[in-house]
Amino acid sequence: MADFKYTKDHECVYVDGDIASVGITQHAQDALGDLVFIELPETGKSVVVGDEVAVVESVKTAAEVYTPVAGEIVEVNTPISDELELISSPINENGWLVKLKISDASALNALMDSAAYDAYLKEID
Amino acid sequence: MSYHTALHAAHVSLSAKMGEFAGYDMPLYYGLGVKREHEWVRENAGLFDVSHMGQVSLTGKGTQDLLERLTPSSYDKLGINRMKYTVLMNEEGGIIDDLMVTKTADDEFHLVINAGCKDKDIAWIKENLTDGIEFKHYDDWALMALQGPKAEGIIKDVLGIDLSDTPYMSLWYKDYSMFISRVGYTGEDGFEISVQNDDAVDLWNKLLSHDAVEPIGLAARDSLRLEMGYCLYGHDIDSKTTPIEAGIGWVMGKANTGFIGADKVLPQKDNGVTKKRVGIKLTGKGIAREGAEIRNLEDEVIGALSSGGFSPSLNVSIGQGYVPTEYADAGQSLFVTVRGRNIEAEVSKMPFMSPKTKAMK
Repeated sequence: MADFKYTKDHECVYVDGDIASVGITQHAQDALGDLVFIELPETGKSVVVGDEVAVVESVKTAAEVYTPVAGEIVEVNTPISDELELISSPINENGWLVKLKISDASALNALMDSAAYDAYLKEID
Repeated sequence: MSYHTALHAAHVSLSAKMGEFAGYDMPLYYGLGVKREHEWVRENAGLFDVSHMGQVSLTGKGTQDLLERLTPSSYDKLGINRMKYTVLMNEEGGIIDDLMVTKTADDEFHLVINAGCKDKDIAWIKENLTDGIEFKHYDDWALMALQGPKAEGIIKDVLGIDLSDTPYMSLWYKDYSMFISRVGYTGEDGFEISVQNDDAVDLWNKLLSHDAVEPIGLAARDSLRLEMGYCLYGHDIDSKTTPIEAGIGWVMGKANTGFIGADKVLPQKDNGVTKKRVGIKLTGKGIAREGAEIRNLEDEVIGALSSGGFSPSLNVSIGQGYVPTEYADAGQSLFVTVRGRNIEAEVSKMPFMSPKTKAMK
């Protein structure tokens, strides 16, 4: 089963089997403005919910990206650090930052689906 | 509660992202976003609201003497309607504020001071006033900056004023309703225009109506000035740094030895200083911002960035900071620490790129 889920901090996660791709939403990109640097982690690291897995920076600010799911970082999107505009692609295509092999999927249940996230965006606007 | 400039409603109607700066609710960026605003100024011309800055004047017999006490500069050779960058200093040789001073007549000077320093500057100036000098605060006047290579042509197109003969660092005015200085904080050619609050919105809209003009917020103002190595008060200079340490000893006039703080600063001129403000350019990947530790190659902390960030023009991270003098030469290899990681960096000459300000005549 493949699925998109969202956090209140505007991370987006795409789950395909036991692999989760983590990125940031269009709203987060709009709020940051043009990105100028993306810092990616090393592969092989195990992370728990809330751990920093990447940092995205615009001219004005740096924003940490936290994983909404526990697992091992099995892949990082190296091309994106040279081609920052890839971030605007869907995260199940080229817009992801890291891929995790999920060790505990339970936290995913608490995340928003796209309808709930859209409603949340309207609420905080 | 924050202060509003006369242009506040104009910023809101342009959907600016607003934020607090020095007690004012100011535009941080508009629709283009910081990076493209920055590039727009370098290629076209950007319009900035800088009305939060303080505009004051000092007039009357003894004013030049007073300024030569309050600042380390000399004003004898400064021509009428010519400007100077200088600093107000305390008794310890520290910098109270940095400012622009324009001589509009003998013993008649106009000062532009930082928003965040207005209250203390004004109190300090008044405390040092001597008989016969009149102090005036133009707190009902707005100030906007038009900066970029197309600025001169835009003023001609929009206002019908030909400023081609107005040299850099000088003031133009015809009557007393509008004062235009050829000066800025971006390294581009450009102007700062002072008008009464009642005339500000009209002038703002007129200038914005030109195709080559975009409104620019404080965020791009910061990245633009950083590329020029200009100081931001409260960050790169403050009451604990001297002009010599800050590398702006050139503001000191040879003839002036009687300024406040001279006994602390003049010896530094001869004997040197133990720390210096330097430009720092990251040679490794990453972005270092204010507060990031500066380390030597032995991994010892030797300072911190007083400001820093991404340079849209150079496509690298640049900053400023104070380091012990032995590390202050251009080309010196260093590390800057970001999120626990040492990024390779080097001391760089400032400005980081050549200014395009019009040559002084």
